[in-house]
Amino acid sequence: MTQTGQETISVVLTGSGGAGVMTAGQTLLDAAASLGLYGLMTRSTGPQIRGGEAAALLRFGRRPVLSHGDRFDLLVALDFENISRFGAEIPLGASSVVIADPAAGDPPEFVVASGARIVHVELAKLAKTIPGGRISMVALGALAQMIGLPESAIVGAVAASVGKKKPDAIVTSEKAVALGAAAAATLTPGARIAAPDRLDSERWSITGNEATGYGAIKGGIRFVAGYPITPATEILEWMAPTLRQCGGVLVQAEDELASINMIIGSSFGGAPSLTATAGPGLSLMIESLGLAVASETPLVVVDVMRSGPSTGIATKSEQSDLNIAVNGLHGDAPHVVVAPTDVSDCLLTAQWATHLAESLQTPVIMLSDQSIGQARAIIDRPEDVAFTATRDIWTGGESPYLRYGLTDSGVSAMAIPGTPGGQHTADGLTHNERGTPSSQAHDHVAQLDKRQRKLENFDYSDHWAEIDGDGEIAVVTWGSSTAPIREAIAAARDRGAKIKLIALRLIAPAQPQKLAAALAGVKRVLVIEQSHSGQFWRYLRAHYDLPGEVTPIFRSGPLPFRPGEIGGYLAHGGL
Amino acid sequence: MNIQNNERAFKPAEYKSAVKPVWCPGCGDHSVLLSIQRALAELALPPEEVAVVSGIGCSSRIPAYTNCYGFHGVHGRSLALATGLKVARPDLTVLVASGDGDGFSIGGNHFLHACRRNVDLTYIVMDNRIYGMTKGQPSPTTEPDWDTAIAPGGTGLSPFHPLVIALASGANYIARAFSGDISGCAKLIVDAIRSPGFSFVQILSPCVTFRPDQQKGWKDFIRPAMVPETDDHGRAARRLMTDDGFNIGVLFRGARPPYQPQPLDHRDPSHLEAEFVL
Repeated sequence: MTQTGQETISVVLTGSGGAGVMTAGQTLLDAAASLGLYGLMTRSTGPQIRGGEAAALLRFGRRPVLSHGDRFDLLVALDFENISRFGAEIPLGASSVVIADPAAGDPPEFVVASGARIVHVELAKLAKTIPGGRISMVALGALAQMIGLPESAIVGAVAASVGKKKPDAIVTSEKAVALGAAAAATLTPGARIAAPDRLDSERWSITGNEATGYGAIKGGIRFVAGYPITPATEILEWMAPTLRQCGGVLVQAEDELASINMIIGSSFGGAPSLTATAGPGLSLMIESLGLAVASETPLVVVDVMRSGPSTGIATKSEQSDLNIAVNGLHGDAPHVVVAPTDVSDCLLTAQWATHLAESLQTPVIMLSDQSIGQARAIIDRPEDVAFTATRDIWTGGESPYLRYGLTDSGVSAMAIPGTPGGQHTADGLTHNERGTPSSQAHDHVAQLDKRQRKLENFDYSDHWAEIDGDGEIAVVTWGSSTAPIREAIAAARDRGAKIKLIALRLIAPAQPQKLAAALAGVKRVLVIEQSHSGQFWRYLRAHYDLPGEVTPIFRSGPLPFRPGEIGGYLAHGGL
Repeated sequence: MNIQNNERAFKPAEYKSAVKPVWCPGCGDHSVLLSIQRALAELALPPEEVAVVSGIGCSSRIPAYTNCYGFHGVHGRSLALATGLKVARPDLTVLVASGDGDGFSIGGNHFLHACRRNVDLTYIVMDNRIYGMTKGQPSPTTEPDWDTAIAPGGTGLSPFHPLVIALASGANYIARAFSGDISGCAKLIVDAIRSPGFSFVQILSPCVTFRPDQQKGWKDFIRPAMVPETDDHGRAARRLMTDDGFNIGVLFRGARPPYQPQPLDHRDPSHLEAEFVL
């Protein structure tokens, strides 16, 4: 690799389903990681169960990359069949290069219109010259050559994934990669990535959904019930075997109504518990989340958000479940809502969510989303945090035992079944301190106060938000919008702008004093989010006094924010 | 359940709480509560090692009337909640109390899957063929011609047969009892708790407030099942399909092992990081 080149490079591999695009993308990510590059890979697929079109979208960088760039430097198309469906997700420019198989026919309109340089490599024909040769491996060879990754890194990544059991497959792949690389070597060069610094830190390859699962187990989760739903299923699939290694179990429920009630039951039994779902499942769980609030049963619900409402676009992202997460419950039902800011942050946020649920004996909703959950990133090993499940457990003492005693903190010790003298009935009915159903006004008010007090009195520490930089202008955001905003702000700072970034990790309960302190001296606030109706901005308006001039910037999914788009909003404001 | 040889005997009153039931005088559910207390005493289970889980409805008020751990949840979801509790805490004896509306209508899907899953639970459904708490609407077991405000002239719908559905869904133990026979009822609950896996006990429990004319006479129809219990699905299906709903006793007893997923190990989570490290 050479020292000269771009700080980041974006490439995309497309092809019809089964052509091996995703495997090739994963191999490329592994190869780049082995060289010391950071990286991000997201997948785009159509609605077909098998087959259909597929795109692996990748970005590499010398510094951590947690969002996609403004355009792709290189597109490698195994074929053009249905690629137009992804046109909006694959921005190309005049400086982009498109490698296509001449047998694939004319490129689609969006490729031609972009002005990208289209070059031909006979991918399929070259693959056929090797017995068992795969077109995707030839394409990888060409791609690596074009962006300046050594062939050896690709071959090494193939060998690592195929394993020693199939030496023939490794040799075949090696030949295919070499053919692709040789063909690309004759082409006019395009954008190349600069060599990374020496690899001196521990790096991980992890998806947001895996990081969520691991954070939850680190935080103490030992029981999971869940029902399959895109894009949250991978959390359940990752946790099913790993939980069992760590003293826990996972049960597949018959529906989301069962998932949430199973974890209420397991948590009542003393096991820190979690379910993972998406918007439609969260909608079904809402009634029982109210039960968890009223019965003060700790649990974590991860909502990996997708475009809604209703079935929406199951495979694509949006930040539009904020309203239901915060306000969906009937009655006055205070609970906690948290959100990770990027792939890496899923670990900390899930661990913290578990800690908050257990400490506060309340449900915690964690709002991840598809663009974070299903993205795989090469990251520095996240720092360890000490958050664990610390439930106030009653082991004996006063008689009668008051499960819902009116303590100063609002948190009352919980007796776990099996504890003599701690018998009580947890109840969704309004109850008194003992837990006995009551329709008396003073019990109702006292218990509503208690449940509100415990959330208000808690010290959420510095983890309530990610705050970066200083200036009279602040961008306030949350969740997956954070990473492209970070990048846009960094670029604006390079131009001399002074901008502060505040990304809320704790959505509810609101922290007016903390945000006011963070916004001290700020004269202008930009609120940026990915929802069609400005849910986050309206939530902020309801709970916070934002200083100076406030500019809400919001739009729906499924297309992700790109740094350039954010940069445009900043520039439009004269920043 | 885990039957242990407990050192001391328990009296039924030790399973009773100080909370006064909301039920009408003469309601069959009073007798079911007594039966449960007797059954737990018979098994000499320490009250703190028993959990009673329920949903919403007259019958679902039971947990707070016992001196056991209890969970009075939302309408129709008691089996799911109990499943989570029992899987997380296999050492506990978990009873689930429900009614024909809570268990067979809003909770119908969970009934199917609890039968299929076969977690070691004892599911007691107090069937009075009516929604009593909301003051008299037809349930899935109500006769088609019963006239009500919400369904004038009757629903016209055939009642469904919960025992047949339980059998078809894989329930491991199916029995019917009558609340008016407290000792017989208690005996069946003891048997159901002892039986491994999912045990379903339908208890005919008359509603004396909204259906006195039809249900006060139940005691005259009740009879012990004429044929002995079976473990044969075919025989059980035939007898349940042809039964008039008043045969009392164990009607099916299977031998399926309970579902109880177990951890494989208790390692520190940090070992999982190896999967991510490059």
